[in-house]
Amino acid sequence: MTVSTAVFYLVAAITLGSAMIVAFSRNIIYSAFSLLGTFAGVAGIYIFLGADFVAAVQVLIYVGGILVLVLFAVMLTHRITDVEITNRAAGRIPALIVVGVLVYLLAQTVRETPWTKAKEIVFAATTAKIGDLLLDTYLLPFELASLVLLAALIGAVVISRKEIKE
Amino acid sequence: MAPGFSPNELSSYLVIGAILFSLGVFTVLTRRNAISVLMGVELILNSANINYVAFSHFGSGNADGQIYAIFVIMLAAAEAAVGLAIVLAIFQLFHTIEVEAAETLKE
Repeated sequence: MTVSTAVFYLVAAITLGSAMIVAFSRNIIYSAFSLLGTFAGVAGIYIFLGADFVAAVQVLIYVGGILVLVLFAVMLTHRITDVEITNRAAGRIPALIVVGVLVYLLAQTVRETPWTKAKEIVFAATTAKIGDLLLDTYLLPFELASLVLLAALIGAVVISRKEIKE
Repeated sequence: MAPGFSPNELSSYLVIGAILFSLGVFTVLTRRNAISVLMGVELILNSANINYVAFSHFGSGNADGQIYAIFVIMLAAAEAAVGLAIVLAIFQLFHTIEVEAAETLKE
């Protein structure tokens, strides 16, 4: 086994192990912090796929932004003392059956489909290519994205502010 | 581990994505806590992104899949901001973030 294969196994194990803690932990703080492992592991998978820019964006936005937001929300909506019982889960057995069937079907589909692969797989820096595409083919979605972000920003402020009743 | 599970195989990435997706669905199905449900949604979005980037890498070789992944990440950030703001608003109103508590539209 080469070093890169071993690292790939490690990254996959970290990603899926942390995701399992997110799904099964009884403590919401553990769930929130385990998201860090999942997001960082997914960034590692992007690097294995030669997507350096997406990996950087993943670290910046997911680890640096969304995770901090989630932790803030957890801290703001729980008294620290009763954090442990607040991650209630219900209907685990039926959900486990449904999800088990789902993962079996997905894995079977992945195994039985004859995927066509490109002739040669290149590992090259993708940032310049992505920049060109964003300002060329995907200019309209790119501009719409800025509009969506502005709307989300204002909406979040409006929704979460305290209403002063007179 | 299965014999085909290596960094040079498309199917190994798809299997990782499938497992991550299933864990996300499990989280969304079983949690009663609104923040945990949002965490499950993030897992599902991450699994979709892995598939986008994997097909982009092993398939055509152009960067279209990566662009989609970036748009998904952008929308996930917007969704997290608005979703958590709604959670905070629900907490101020009902003093709990269990999703069944918030079944009315007003106090």
